[in-house]
Order: sequence, then structure tokens, then C-alpha cells
Amino acid sequence: MNTEIRDNLLHGIREFMGDDLLEMNVDYVHPLVRIKRDRLLDACRFLKNTLHFIYLNEIIGTDRFTSDDRFEVIYHLISLRNRQRLFLKVRVEEENPVLPSVTDIWKSANWNEREVFDMFGIRFDGHPDLRRIFLPEDFKYYPLRKEFPLLGVPGSLEMPTSTPDHD
Amino acid sequence: MSLDRVMGEGYFTTTIDALTKWGRANSVWPMPMGLACCAIEMMAFAGPKYDAARFGSEVFRFSPRQSDVMIVAGWCTYKMSHAIRRVWDQMPDPKWCIAMGACASTGGMHRCYGVVQGVDNFLPVDYYISGCPPRPESIINAILKIQDKIKEQQSLKLDS
Repeated sequence: MNTEIRDNLLHGIREFMGDDLLEMNVDYVHPLVRIKRDRLLDACRFLKNTLHFIYLNEIIGTDRFTSDDRFEVIYHLISLRNRQRLFLKVRVEEENPVLPSVTDIWKSANWNEREVFDMFGIRFDGHPDLRRIFLPEDFKYYPLRKEFPLLGVPGSLEMPTSTPDHD
Repeated sequence: MSLDRVMGEGYFTTTIDALTKWGRANSVWPMPMGLACCAIEMMAFAGPKYDAARFGSEVFRFSPRQSDVMIVAGWCTYKMSHAIRRVWDQMPDPKWCIAMGACASTGGMHRCYGVVQGVDNFLPVDYYISGCPPRPESIINAILKIQDKIKEQQSLKLDS
């Protein structure tokens, strides 16, 4: 990996974000950057338009199970031109877990955000079609939250009856 | 038998029941319900090396209306269970069901909220195959057990 390119990128981010850059971790192979929630769209546009992170690989949700800023959403970005990956993190509180949607910036965010919504119940403002992607649409729980039991809530998912249909 | 003497050489007598059972037992056509990695072993079972044709089960029918035994191979989610049940309901009687592998039998390592802990929660399973995934020989064994079941328990009187 070219460290010079990486240092330039990180310097650009640091200059652009200023005080809104909360955490920058470069110990891992790929840099991790945590920013304030309000500047998320701003930062994403900057990363795509100026630093050429044109590829949103995935969106990860995490439940930190803490009393403040319980959830964390991680955007895994790739710059094909610079051969560089970047993890962009924002934290969301438990009471009102809402984030602005980045579907306008990266089209691939659509299904990824639906998955995070399905598993953690984090809503994305401005998402064109925010429905559950894996679980049935009338499912009431968010299964990757820590308080959700391992084997699920009995009766919450429907199963066919065990009696034959023709008797 | 006196009938043999009446009808001459090359004839023998039997019952309709025995004849039907013999035919049924030796032409058990599977309905492959391949859901996960067990399906790969199921394909090996149908292939030339293990040669399911020796037991009359080489014809994998992808239409439930033409098959006799459903092999549920792999883990089954709650969402998929409705589709499996619809396929099962479309199979004509008499029909049999094999739960192949640990996941289809008990949920296996998928001990979580989305996976049905054993397809016998909504299907009448006749034979469970252990293993993760089972060897193709195990499926041959299961087919032979199904054949035994047909020969011993099935009767035309049950069809009606």
C-alpha cells in the first residue's frame, strides 16, 4: 500500500472535517474515521467527489449496548483510483435511531441500508424504499439487537400447520 | 399352484397388492428440495459414481406432481417453510419424506431465530439422515429404508 497516498487522503479528511472528526485510527490496515452524525452527508459527498471513494462496499451496523450512542453504523468505502479502503463511522442514539440516507450519493446503499434497518431498526431519512429486506414485513422485532433472544420470540414467525391439508 | 397348471408354462400368480408394492418400491422418484450444502451430496447420489439408478431412484423430478419422495436437503428458514409445504402438498399420494442432514432434522448448527429447528415441525418425516453433510451412501441407505417401508407398510387399501 502506498502510504503517501493514504497520508494525503487522511490529511484531506482532517482538514475538511475539522472539529467534527471525533476519532481517527490508522493502526489497522485500513483507516477508520469516526465523525459527528450531523456532518455525515457532507462528509460522504466530500469523500466521493473530492477523494474519489466512488464505491460503497457495504454498510455495517453494530449494537455497542451502551447507554449513550448505542448503535454504530460503519460505511466501508473503496477508492479504485487510489487503491484505498476507508471505514467511516457514525454513532446513533437508542431513543431515536435516525440517520440521513446516502442513497443519493451511492446507489448501492439502498439494500445495505434496508438490511441495517431490518436488523437494528435504524431508520434512514430519505431512503426511497425503506422496507424489511430479509424478515417478513410484519415482524415486530430487530434480531441483531443484543436484547433479542438467540432462538427468537416464540410465535413471532409463522410456520405452516403440521396437519395434512386433505383430511 | 393349480392355476399354474391351468395357465401353462411362464405364468405365475400373485396379488395386486404385492405387485403394486413391488413396482412402487423400485421406482421411488425423489423430489430434490436442495436448500444448502446437503444438496451437493444429493447430486452426487444421483450421479454415475453412486448410481441411484440401481435402486430405481435416478429420476430426479423437479415437478412435485411427478415425484414420490421429497428429500429436504439443507437448513430451512421460516420464510422457506411455507414454500416447502406448498410443494409437499402438491405431491400426489402416497408420498414419503426424507430429512437429510443435521439441519433439516434438528436445525443443526443453525440454532437461531430464523431457522426452523427441524422440518418435522411442519412435515411428516419418514426417515432422518444424520451427518453434516451426509455421505451419498447414507442417502442410498435412506432410499432402501423407504423401500422397506413401502414393502412392509403400504397397501392398496390405504390409497383410496
